[in-house]
Amino acid sequence: MTYLRKIAAIIAKDIAAELRTREMLSSMGVFSILVIIVFNFALELTERQIIETTVPGALWVTIIFAGMLGLNRSLAVELDKGCLDGLLLTPVDRSAIFFGKAFGNALFMLIVEVILVPLFVVFFNVPLVQPWVIVIVVLGTLGFAGVGTLLSSMAVNTRAREVMLPILLFPVAMPMLIAAVKATSGAMMGFPVSDWQQWLSLLIVFDVILITVSVMVFDYVVEE
Amino acid sequence: MKDTTGTILAVVSAVLVATALVLVFLWAPLEMTMKEVQRIFYFHVAVDWVGFLAFFVTLVSSILYLRTAARKWDIVALSSVEIGALFLTLGAMTGSLWARPVWNTWWTWDARLTTVAITWLVYLAYLMLRGAIDDPQRQARFSAVYGIVSFVTVPLTFASVFFLRTIHPALFAASTAAQGRMQFDTGLGSAKMGMTLTFCVIAFTVVYVTLLRMRIKLERTADRVARLQQELVG
Repeated sequence: MTYLRKIAAIIAKDIAAELRTREMLSSMGVFSILVIIVFNFALELTERQIIETTVPGALWVTIIFAGMLGLNRSLAVELDKGCLDGLLLTPVDRSAIFFGKAFGNALFMLIVEVILVPLFVVFFNVPLVQPWVIVIVVLGTLGFAGVGTLLSSMAVNTRAREVMLPILLFPVAMPMLIAAVKATSGAMMGFPVSDWQQWLSLLIVFDVILITVSVMVFDYVVEE
Repeated sequence: MKDTTGTILAVVSAVLVATALVLVFLWAPLEMTMKEVQRIFYFHVAVDWVGFLAFFVTLVSSILYLRTAARKWDIVALSSVEIGALFLTLGAMTGSLWARPVWNTWWTWDARLTTVAITWLVYLAYLMLRGAIDDPQRQARFSAVYGIVSFVTVPLTFASVFFLRTIHPALFAASTAAQGRMQFDTGLGSAKMGMTLTFCVIAFTVVYVTLLRMRIKLERTADRVARLQQELVG
């Protein structure tokens, strides 16, 4: 099996498991809608100006909250049923396991976002469905899922388990999120790319750094 | 057991900090617009510098731990995080004291302040992670991993000055918004101010080294006690 097929096999395994239980996607989806409703009341999203300044932030907060649910679930399931040991015993490189889990998590987040972004458009009447916004959302999701997969495989092995993940992940993902929110805001408002290009670059830089570092140290997290 | 190096370090730190106090309050000239309030800046920069230096030391010792799996590097990383957290807290406190009269607020969500707050949270998360793991080897391994991954937040703190509009005074120039910039270019005063600042940074770095050494010794003693306890019981 080639390296890519190994990664694909791990993703396929996660998709198959999800199709049978439908636990993760449904909880992430419903949770996102709840967060949108809370935002609507908490921020009084009725005036045009407030909507334009807060929607990019609200979108990303919803994405990372939903993503957090998925990340916790994804690794907790592996650990509870002893699947992680099985996965580690398979004759594949550890980095393939990391990429498989990370891309799987990113995929689930992206599926939720496919529903989430149009919902924002419908509820708040903002032009989010456009090429640049989609690029930014995908980039942010990849980075978040990447470092999130690493940290959640650590979090499930601590005493506090699920509670630990947000505490570990939020500060690390924060710089990337700030860049994502700023870039989304610029793209949504239709400003020329040169105006917010620095944020896009920063987002890409963080993606690359976070994913590279995560792959490099993943080995040390799963070794026993 | 006599610890000569430790004693020397402690004495040197005390002398340096005392001298720094004299320089800051008596020798350095009065700043033109901010008057006496500006004097806190010497300590503020010095403690924040140590806050970030400590993080860098943690990064290096975390990498060394993963490479060698030697307990000593884990101890250095942990000790440095604890001291770094303390100094970043002091940095926020001295900053607040300065900001209240100058910016008319204790805290503002300025880019610099926000990114420092993130770094501070990373320190806290590191310590919480350690507290949540029982197995000592796993504890050391996970903390080392987190010490490396979370270091990415540090470059942003410095990049923030270039990327975001900030009202925080910039020491390392290249800032467009210079409303609060220190008056370094005021004739005779400038050289004295610069020298005082350099001295403070050196003094606090020595304090950091002293504290780090003490904290490492403490952890080693704790290890020894644990070992002895095990020998006695088991």
